[in-house]
Amino acid sequence: MNTLWLLWLQLSHIPAFWIALTLLAFGIGDALYVRAGGFPLLNPVLISVLLLISLLLFTHVPYPVYFAGAQPIHMLLGPATVALAIPLYSNLQRVRDYALPLLLALLFGCVLGIVSALACGQLFGLSASSLASIAPKSVTTPIAMALAQHAGGNVSLAAGFVILTGICGAVLAVPIFRLLRIEHEIAQGFALGMAAHGVGTSRAIQLSETAGAFSGLAMGLNGVLTSLLLSVVLGSWWSVFG
Amino acid sequence: MLYGITIIFATLFAGEALSRLLQLPIPGAVMGMLLLTLIAILRRGLDRRVVDAAGAMLRYLGVLFIPAGVGLMTLGDEIGRQGWALLATLLISTVITMAGTAWMLQHLLRRKDRLNKNAIQDELP
Repeated sequence: MNTLWLLWLQLSHIPAFWIALTLLAFGIGDALYVRAGGFPLLNPVLISVLLLISLLLFTHVPYPVYFAGAQPIHMLLGPATVALAIPLYSNLQRVRDYALPLLLALLFGCVLGIVSALACGQLFGLSASSLASIAPKSVTTPIAMALAQHAGGNVSLAAGFVILTGICGAVLAVPIFRLLRIEHEIAQGFALGMAAHGVGTSRAIQLSETAGAFSGLAMGLNGVLTSLLLSVVLGSWWSVFG
Repeated sequence: MLYGITIIFATLFAGEALSRLLQLPIPGAVMGMLLLTLIAILRRGLDRRVVDAAGAMLRYLGVLFIPAGVGLMTLGDEIGRQGWALLATLLISTVITMAGTAWMLQHLLRRKDRLNKNAIQDELP
């Protein structure tokens, strides 16, 4: 038993193990999703995250050990974000054509994302620190963490909210679009990027290349605008409800 | 492929450097995305090899969020304290944001399309 345990301890520190398991989990999630004909709750990211969390809890492996191994996958988020420039460039003409509607939707969606979180949170009696951590939930993780810290929130909680928001958004997008009859692929993509940042963008790319491009654009612009607006919105919120 | 990957990482580095040196509130990767778009505009297109490398990276974008997503397991205690209020806030706010943005943008886009169509028809003899 002891030797087996020592062996496992040694093996669990080999990065390739966690990289392979992460890819395998995504493969299983993706296969399930395709097999179920695209049923939203079987979102591949959601399934693989749940699979891996169960495995880690079951084998008593702490998260930092997993993350140290799977870090190379995490690091690829940087270049993948840069790669979003390609679909963006190929849709540039349409971005120019629809500049005004896109700008208005950006402003509206950004404020809606912050204010709806504050209003719901206030209604459900969340603490001030939780409100500050949940307000930037719609923007990509590095921005949200910096903003939450600045606003007096909890950084790790903020990062968790961002990921949960992204998964929620990716899971609920298509049912929402169907219910509200949102058929315009630009509107679909842009809303996914606005509400659910990168995870939403990975979902938008599955819908169409155009949706992916506008999702990436919305994600980037919302990150910038939220950085500029969050302290203003939070400040006026506290002065009214604080 | 090697050329394409090199360009993407070089742009990422430039974006990170800009963001850090100028202390911008924009993360380096988003700056890199905007930089590469700017390069494409200035060059009127991008090298086929860059496009191929980018396509390969974006194909499985979802998988890249898994390591951070598994980090949710460390939040059990934090979420537990305020429990469902936090999750409900998150869920409702995400639905409102996505639905509101999509509905408004589709409305504006269709209006713009109608206006354009009318303008074209007016120009016809």
